[in-house]
Amino acid sequence: MSEKKIVTPLTDDVVKTLRVGDTVYISGTIYTARDAAHKRLVDLLNEGKELPIDVKGQIIYYVGPAPAPPGKPIGSAGPTTSYRMNPYAPYLIEQGLKGMIGKGEMGEGVVEAMKKHCAVYFAATGGAAALLAKCVKHAEIVAYEDLGAEAIRRLEVENLPVIVAQDCYGGNIYKEGVEKYRVAS
Amino acid sequence: MRELDVGEITQAVKRLSMEANYFLGDDQVNALKEALKKEESPVGKSVLNQIVENQEIARTEKMAICQDTGFTVVFIDLGQEVHLIGGDLTEAVNEGVRQGYTEGYLRKSIVKDPLRRVNTGDNTPAVVHLRLVPGDKVSITVAPKGGGSENMSEVRMLKPADGPEGVKNFVIDRVRRSGGNPCPPIIVGVGIGGTFEIAALIAKKALLRELGQFNPDPYYAEMEKELLREINKLGIGPMGLGGRVTALGVFIEYHPCHIASLPIAVNIQCHAARHKSVVI
Repeated sequence: MSEKKIVTPLTDDVVKTLRVGDTVYISGTIYTARDAAHKRLVDLLNEGKELPIDVKGQIIYYVGPAPAPPGKPIGSAGPTTSYRMNPYAPYLIEQGLKGMIGKGEMGEGVVEAMKKHCAVYFAATGGAAALLAKCVKHAEIVAYEDLGAEAIRRLEVENLPVIVAQDCYGGNIYKEGVEKYRVAS
Repeated sequence: MRELDVGEITQAVKRLSMEANYFLGDDQVNALKEALKKEESPVGKSVLNQIVENQEIARTEKMAICQDTGFTVVFIDLGQEVHLIGGDLTEAVNEGVRQGYTEGYLRKSIVKDPLRRVNTGDNTPAVVHLRLVPGDKVSITVAPKGGGSENMSEVRMLKPADGPEGVKNFVIDRVRRSGGNPCPPIIVGVGIGGTFEIAALIAKKALLRELGQFNPDPYYAEMEKELLREINKLGIGPMGLGGRVTALGVFIEYHPCHIASLPIAVNIQCHAARHKSVVI
């Protein structure tokens, strides 16, 4: 476990250095998308159409931020639960997506796609939404404005703190970490 | 008969919606600081530090503690000596939510229809639990409930023969299956008895209790302590990343029930355990 700073877009070489339990500070451009936006993106892929954003080398943050108060680029912006994106994430990883940020464990199909295409899943602290919003320097809606909080936004972030929760080698902190601290009774 | 304009209820709900989302209770902040002393996992400690720092930022900058500012659950105890004037009570509550969530820059998370999923745009309707009580006061509690932890909740109809062991196993298993999804360290609301719907309602109501308080009945107080010990042995830890602190508290409420039944409900609350009250 170590501390690392990474800048987007990500390459396979960078993803391969990231191991379960590492604390990572992300800077650069990331995109937001959650349930409804994912459904639309995957519907487009199934129809053979082009996506409104190029996901190659990118990171998607599963977040539906609160409205931006005056003078701030974004409102509170913590992660949403990731398992709801299980049906969609493998399609985007196949398109070259290199990372996801959320909370809670991601499922089998996603793990296989992460191993095959070299991608990584980061956990951010759920509920630490005011703290995480401070790392967002700029935010703009780039697709699906009608979805409100669920619209796709392009964010510029500086040192967004996350933990490597599931890595490209099949490592999984939700299994390893829990096993380590479980007390038999 | 005391007359009360429902406009006062609108104002109260508006203010409480904002305050609940910005200011975490002292009992919870203290419990999180205590948890930091107990946590052994370095990742778990770093998560707890972020949670403590986050609520401080939210408090000073008046920002939502969590972006999921919840379904606005409102408990109203209405004194039967109060005559409400000036409009409809439910609409007055919804107007409070509408104003609070708009002026407070809180996220609107409610869709009109569970399948067609179009956002109502103002976080209404609220969920209102109205109870008629003696007296001439109105007490209002606003408790925004996030989707992540609500999704990990469950009601089950046990057999009377399952007894206390069946109840305890169900609660622990429900927490185990939830893992990191409900944003641990969690608070576990448990409703035992009543009917299908009463069990769920008292499990939710249990979450309003202050951390550190136990059920006044020693039998259930003991069960709360035992469940908390067992849950913290699961190893789930802060945000499910492994650790000693999975729950900050277990609150049990019970209710008389049918000879054939043993309903049990677990309502899980994330660490952003938001609720604020007022008596008018």
